[in-house]
Amino acid sequence: MIVRIMGEGQVRLDDGHLTELNKLDDELLAEMQSGDEEGFRRTLGALLEAVRRLGAPLPDAALEPSELILPSPEATLSEVREMLNDDGLIPG
Amino acid sequence: MSGVMKRMGMIFRAKANKALDRAEDPRETLDYSYQKQLELLQKVRRGVADVATSRKRLELQLNQLQNQSSKLEDQGRKALALGREDLAREALSRRAALQQQVTDLETQHQTLQGEEEKLTLAAQRLQAKVDAFRTKKETIKATYTAAQAQTRIGEAFSGISEEMGDVGMAIQRAEDKTAQLQARAGAIDELLASGALDDSSGLAKDDIQTELDRLSGGTDVELELQRMKAELAGGSSSQQAIEGGKDQTQSQQQPQDTPRFDKQ
Repeated sequence: MIVRIMGEGQVRLDDGHLTELNKLDDELLAEMQSGDEEGFRRTLGALLEAVRRLGAPLPDAALEPSELILPSPEATLSEVREMLNDDGLIPG
Repeated sequence: MSGVMKRMGMIFRAKANKALDRAEDPRETLDYSYQKQLELLQKVRRGVADVATSRKRLELQLNQLQNQSSKLEDQGRKALALGREDLAREALSRRAALQQQVTDLETQHQTLQGEEEKLTLAAQRLQAKVDAFRTKKETIKATYTAAQAQTRIGEAFSGISEEMGDVGMAIQRAEDKTAQLQARAGAIDELLASGALDDSSGLAKDDIQTELDRLSGGTDVELELQRMKAELAGGSSSQQAIEGGKDQTQSQQQPQDTPRFDKQ
């Protein structure tokens, strides 16, 4: 499974790691919905760190569609919320 | 999975084609493709040179063998002249062995020559194709750049901004994309022309200018109306004068007399 961290690149992850990552991901969603900025930052950091640790980075020249996408480490709660609104990531 | 990762992934996939179109620059892809073609052409040329070198080497060997063959023939002739038939036989049998080698080399030479001709032809064809591609590439690039500029200008007018996108490349998309951009630029132009989009370039008339034009146009109309009214007023007096017994010529010749007739 290919996971993209926006602004960083892509990593290849074994499906076996998904359960562990899912917990953090669900936690992140809950914190985003409740507006817990501090918790959001902490969980996002943990999730990104886990993806980097468990995944093998893909070369920059590799052109593979990402199955999962994560916000960049600098992304704020409001930015991510905006990205997930109806307009999606790309305007238009 | 319903977390952030999955949702962002889904949104991305939903917009994937659009993102791909935006991120991909067909000019780079075309240049890359051209570079690859040049490398291929270089390989073919190197192949032609290799075959030509082998052919020349064979020609040198053939010359040497033929020289030796002639020498052995001379030796055989001399040996026979000297009455040494055994020596002459030896020379001729060696010559026969050499002739066999010459025949083999000639066959190889012919094969190589054929290969060389084929490769030369292929190189020429490839060269023509690469040249044609280069021309086409430059045309597409120029059109794309122009279309892109048009689109940017058009988008700047209406406040649309170019944003990020996922990465992807495909050479066959280049022409489609250029056409799309042209169509888009054309559509924006049409929208601007129809007034559906605001043109902030200052080239088009603003509402104040339109109102001024309308007012000044209105004034002209009023002036014209007054002029025509005055003419008509003059005309009706003349008509009354004719009815009063004066002919039109007289009336025109003495317009100052008209009021006097009216009084009569």
